[in-house]
Amino acid sequence: MSDANYCPNTPEEIGEMLAAIGVASVEELFAPIPAALRASSFDLPDGMSEFELFQRMQTLAGRNTQGMINFIGGGYYDHVIPAVVDHLSGRAEFYTAYTPYQPECAQGTLQALFEYQTAICRLTGMEVANASLYDGATALAEAAMMALRVTNRNRLVMDGGVSPFTRQVVRTYLTNLDVEIVEIAPQQGGTDQTAMLAALNEQTAAVLVQNPNFFGTLDDLTGLADAAHAKGALLVASVYPISLGLVQSPGDMGADIAVGDGQSLGNPLSFGGPSFGFIATTKKYIRNLPGRIIGETVDREGRRGYVLTLQAREQHIKRHKATSNICSNQSLCALRGLIFLASIGKQGFTELARLNYDKAEFAKSTLAAVKGVTVVNCGATFNEFTLALPKSADEVVVKLLQSHVAAGVPLAAYYPGMENCLVVTVTEKRTKDEILALARELERAL
Amino acid sequence: MKLIYEQSVAGRPGVKLPAADVPRAAALPASLLRKEAAGLPEVSEMDVVRHYTNLSRLNFSVDTNFYPLGSCTMKYNAKVLENVAGLFAPYHPMTPLLPTGERFSQGALGLLHELGGWLAEITGMDEVTTQPLAGAHGEMTGIMLIAAYHRAKGNKKKYVVVPDSSHGTNPASAAMVGYEIITVPTAPYGDMDLELFRQAMNDEVAAVMMTCPNTLGLFNPHIKEIADIAHSHGALMYYDGANLNAILGKVRPGDVGFDVIHVNLHKTFGTPHGGGGPGSGPVGVKKSLVPFLPTPRVVKKDDGSYGLETEHPASIGRLANFFGNFGVMVKAFAYMTMLGREGLIQVSEQAVLNANYIMSRLKDLFEVPYDQTCMHECVFSASRQLKQGVHAIDIAKYLIDRGYHPPTVYFPLIVKEAIMIEPTETESKATMDAFIAVMREAAEAAEKDPEALHTAPVSMPVSRLDETKAAREQNVCHMKW
Repeated sequence: MSDANYCPNTPEEIGEMLAAIGVASVEELFAPIPAALRASSFDLPDGMSEFELFQRMQTLAGRNTQGMINFIGGGYYDHVIPAVVDHLSGRAEFYTAYTPYQPECAQGTLQALFEYQTAICRLTGMEVANASLYDGATALAEAAMMALRVTNRNRLVMDGGVSPFTRQVVRTYLTNLDVEIVEIAPQQGGTDQTAMLAALNEQTAAVLVQNPNFFGTLDDLTGLADAAHAKGALLVASVYPISLGLVQSPGDMGADIAVGDGQSLGNPLSFGGPSFGFIATTKKYIRNLPGRIIGETVDREGRRGYVLTLQAREQHIKRHKATSNICSNQSLCALRGLIFLASIGKQGFTELARLNYDKAEFAKSTLAAVKGVTVVNCGATFNEFTLALPKSADEVVVKLLQSHVAAGVPLAAYYPGMENCLVVTVTEKRTKDEILALARELERAL
Repeated sequence: MKLIYEQSVAGRPGVKLPAADVPRAAALPASLLRKEAAGLPEVSEMDVVRHYTNLSRLNFSVDTNFYPLGSCTMKYNAKVLENVAGLFAPYHPMTPLLPTGERFSQGALGLLHELGGWLAEITGMDEVTTQPLAGAHGEMTGIMLIAAYHRAKGNKKKYVVVPDSSHGTNPASAAMVGYEIITVPTAPYGDMDLELFRQAMNDEVAAVMMTCPNTLGLFNPHIKEIADIAHSHGALMYYDGANLNAILGKVRPGDVGFDVIHVNLHKTFGTPHGGGGPGSGPVGVKKSLVPFLPTPRVVKKDDGSYGLETEHPASIGRLANFFGNFGVMVKAFAYMTMLGREGLIQVSEQAVLNANYIMSRLKDLFEVPYDQTCMHECVFSASRQLKQGVHAIDIAKYLIDRGYHPPTVYFPLIVKEAIMIEPTETESKATMDAFIAVMREAAEAAEKDPEALHTAPVSMPVSRLDETKAAREQNVCHMKW
């Protein structure tokens, strides 16, 4: 064999192994597979060296436009990532391990995930969290299914301010189950409270909301939580973790389950993944949580240690009666989230949220000063806001893309009737100069 | 070790943030404002570095230890994969979804398209979606596609059939899609009992989910027959790709009657397991299921450029916000590019050779419940050791003391005291010989000094942990601020 392909054994060693097994060739080991079942084709390119690979990948990556200035969010956000996040999550002891089934030789992963669960509880104001789900959208779908189990009901009320992508994921998850999903169209970029309250009834398992919503609008969920609870339903809130440095936590607003996407916490844009989903709830629902949970305990000598716990909820034990089918989660991305939070720190996290808010407010007032542009949001916003333009937002976005400015997400494809509306995102990475340049470009495009 | 929260000192600043180059805005209304900052740690950057570096050292990992965890394919993760994934870090997934945005994301879209094509060729399928975020997510997606197919045909279906040796995710995924489960026992020859399967089948079965080779590491020679029986009842065949490493270039599930497959990129295609994820679970389907694939779909246009089809009338919808775990796909794409056709065939050959080598060197001391040529993994039972009061878990803990990550134990559930060893193709004979020697010592210790095995491990930062206490107290979050 001329190429290594990470298979280390020499022809001599292979010969010795075949002799030990008692067969003459490797091909003999495939004898249990009848000839009629053999591959009819395996048409793939020839391999190449690491050096050639890197060049090829550079070329490929280079076919994406470089240096785009992003005022787009839509669930994925361009935030700073401290260098320590890459370095520490790049420790091979973390990234080349797997699920910590054997706790004695996995305390690193287990303790880190316990610290992660703690961080999620503290951010969301909830009591318990799991060790991650896939992403924010699937986390909301899992939370919805959890609410159906907890209440033993079959109806969900979902705010139209939840990301249209995420709403699609929730609907896809529930298509084959006997569940009614009532969607309430938003008003002026905010929750239609009257319609939401009217939609609640005794069959409702949960109310699903997003805060801030797809338009960037923030809402005080307290009233909705009370109304849901009065009907015996749960409030499930999907939140943007960076906002929690400034905005009241879902726990304090009365949510029963808080979920969200952790991409903004130390995970790169990376064309949409991997990130992680988080889910947190109150103690009484812990046995209904999907996925892995890490718990604290002691060893035989009484020393503190961490293990996978409440595994009787999970698929490898309960099979079809499990709370979810999830097995692999997004552990390394959750670890990145934890290291991000630890390195930014308590004060830094508040400042980071404030910085997002201040820059977005500056951008909002600057852009709203452009002739013919108005702000759609009916209430306060965090780092995203929606503008109504005097012409098609699609046209404006196309024009600005030509100068490599992604001006925002136009709403035509997602909210009929909002063809002139544009959701603009401003993170701490956008400078005052970039914001002023966006205002100039916008003025020119209108 | 102390928790990061226990090292916190009030007022200690963390990493420096970008400058505030705009004026402070008016505060949020009081009803929206957080009353108290979240209790995150207040530690220095160096505290963070020491803490997580030292934590990492408490782990066993592929880079530090032989890790023959059966069913998980813990092969070496080439370092260059980490480098190439970083090349795609700055690209926003909304860009191609903007009007005319596709042309700014040609590299990423092209990669997804080419990867999908390779996976279709490897598995013998017609089209692939990369959206599912892990293996189990792929299973659920696949079963949803099957449900959509039956719905479109007006078929009334109620059940999904699985063998009792299946991964727990199979029945769990089918249940998430609303199906009831029929479990078929394993025959003495080590695979789903063909006669019992025939009896279990009826016209209300939507799908049969199989892993092939199965979780005993055995290739089912009746697989085509099983597929024919399933199809005769209007059921579709689902292939759980967890064990694809065994058959690369040898068998294509699409050739032998499977209609849907998921592939675990983090197992077969060399991407790291991340301490539990991220994985990636692309799903391949035969033509009849293509209309139901999730959106957005990457398409190659007539002019050779790549675009997105965002809506399709028959699609099951979306399984994730964007295109799946893209960063994982970049690594898998790079792995496949580097190995190429011949390299990938070598993978399955060497994986099967290594597993059979370990089996041949240990079968005199450990019972092999289904004694046949295995594929990429071999399953022993510690039943002989159990007579001395030694369980599979005791052997696992002994291995930890000797520097080996234990094999999968107690799975598959149908083998008493199961020990499932998957060495993968990337391990050398020397490494396996050393492991074999320690396994033989464990067998000897079971005879002579079982107590020593019960106290293992003694060399780790913690000894065996009290799982009952953890489950009872449910302390899953450090509440002290």
